[in-house]
Amino acid sequence: MIELKGLTKRYGEKVAVDHLTFTVRPGVVTGFLGPNGAGKSTTMRMLLGLDHPTAGDVRIDGKRYAQLKDPLKYIGALLDAKAVHGGRSAFHHLLCLAQSNGIPRARVHEVLDTVGLTAVAKKKAKGFSLGMGQRLGIAGALLGDPEILMFDEPVNGLDPEGIHWIRNLMKSLAGQGRTVFVSSHLMSEMALTADHLVVIGQGRLLADTSMADFIRQNSRSYVRLRSPQRERLLDVLHEAGVTVAEAGDGALEADGTSAEQLGELAARHQLVLHELSPQQASLEEAFMRLTAESVEYHAHTAVPGAPGSGPGAPTSGPGAPTSGGALPGAGGPGWGEGWQRRRKGA
Amino acid sequence: MAATQVLKSEWTKIRSVASTVWTLSLAAVVTIALGMLISVLSKNDYDNLSREDKLTFDPTFISFAGMSLGQLAMIVFGVLVVSNEYSTGMIRTSLAAVPGRGTFLFSKVLVAALLALVVGLATSFAAFFAGQAMLGSHRAQLGDPGVLRAVIGGGLYMTLIAMFSMGVAAMLRGPMLSLGILMPFFFLISSILGNVSATEKIGRFLPDQAGSRIMQVKAPFDDDTPYGPWGGLAIMVAWTVVALVGGYVVLRRRDA
Repeated sequence: MIELKGLTKRYGEKVAVDHLTFTVRPGVVTGFLGPNGAGKSTTMRMLLGLDHPTAGDVRIDGKRYAQLKDPLKYIGALLDAKAVHGGRSAFHHLLCLAQSNGIPRARVHEVLDTVGLTAVAKKKAKGFSLGMGQRLGIAGALLGDPEILMFDEPVNGLDPEGIHWIRNLMKSLAGQGRTVFVSSHLMSEMALTADHLVVIGQGRLLADTSMADFIRQNSRSYVRLRSPQRERLLDVLHEAGVTVAEAGDGALEADGTSAEQLGELAARHQLVLHELSPQQASLEEAFMRLTAESVEYHAHTAVPGAPGSGPGAPTSGPGAPTSGGALPGAGGPGWGEGWQRRRKGA
Repeated sequence: MAATQVLKSEWTKIRSVASTVWTLSLAAVVTIALGMLISVLSKNDYDNLSREDKLTFDPTFISFAGMSLGQLAMIVFGVLVVSNEYSTGMIRTSLAAVPGRGTFLFSKVLVAALLALVVGLATSFAAFFAGQAMLGSHRAQLGDPGVLRAVIGGGLYMTLIAMFSMGVAAMLRGPMLSLGILMPFFFLISSILGNVSATEKIGRFLPDQAGSRIMQVKAPFDDDTPYGPWGGLAIMVAWTVVALVGGYVVLRRRDA
């Protein structure tokens, strides 16, 4: 169990982590999600006592990290796969970590075997591929057979087989009742592995919810409509009480009404439709919406309300390329925002 | 966190990288070889010396002449032992395993210093015997007054130079910055300060100049150095302690 209370890190004027309070529980994989620069790595470094918090507190099983005797037996972490002396062999790298925490030498061979590096155990780490480096880092995390595991972007740079392996590893570790805390900036990755979700943006907590709830709240479905008689269609929809938003490309998006009903409605008013298609917003879009206003480094061409991914670029937001940080949600409240408010109220 | 565990771990670290072997062997080879060369040249030049110079001829100190160059390899050893952790990012892995920063730093320094002491003493004795062999009839014996002290002192000197470098590297972190400051300081600035009469009095309180006094058996005639061989070594120890405490304070305060 990891408990954060009001954890804050400030670098001069810049706030990297802003009063984070949440708990990471055992038995599930907790995804730690946020865009680049959101403060995920800084938070993880403070968890390990590497960076000193400006304010607030982190507890590992109720203790401060520095109070842990042989900390690798409590918590194993993969922070950066390159945090290894390249001139040292994989075996010696793990051996020096094991010795510092009184872990027997035999365990080094065990974890090398677990991650599949036995064949290259005597090779220098600088010759390792990114994937092998990640495996070595994971071997280091598993070394003390800890109850808590923490991985910072573990699938970065891995091939599909490696990604598959890590997903299964995390699930099986959580299945054994361990606490698994894994960061990512990819919602799609988290959707596959995490049971619980903590989302941060610009160092602030945006969501702390179960994956199932997140999906239920955010897998919004809507119908995309296009018509040459756009103004009349808008009037008709409005009269029928259908909530509608404008997509950037002249199409309309209707919430809460089925495609069948909309088609019949259009037929009754003898409107020509060029498109009538049910859509499902992806979790990735939900995540981007949630973090849109807190993304630190916007690409200038990207409109936060209309991420160009997925078919039809579904948008309920303003669509028009307004300023970079505008909140989505002209047609109906930005549901990311509303949801966020609900979470905070809960 | 038992300190013996951390010492074991640091020993594994130090023996499993190539830089340990090549810096320490370079320190030994350069010190011995250059000492032999200068001993040969001094023997050949002996007859041209003035009467005064003949009286203060110090065969022990001459056989240690290679140390001015060999110490640079010791500095590289000391710097790399500490700054390798930072330049590779290993420091985060290390401090996650050993959160006690004092335990971490001082275990590392202790292990590296013991290794430097073994290599330093072996080098010092080898340089002495090889140098004396070159000096022929002008040689000193290990049993002569002050000679054994000078030879053991040579080993201590090399150890302290390495430890001082570890302290500086712990303060500065990066190997390039540490070496960029330490190398010219010990190779150029210290000897310039020591040889210009205006700055000589300051120069002799620098760690290398004060420390190298222990390797002298006979002092020059006009010597007005305010400390003896052990006093000089104590000055060098003080410098080393300051550097290490500084390194510890930086490590404790800053984020890894």
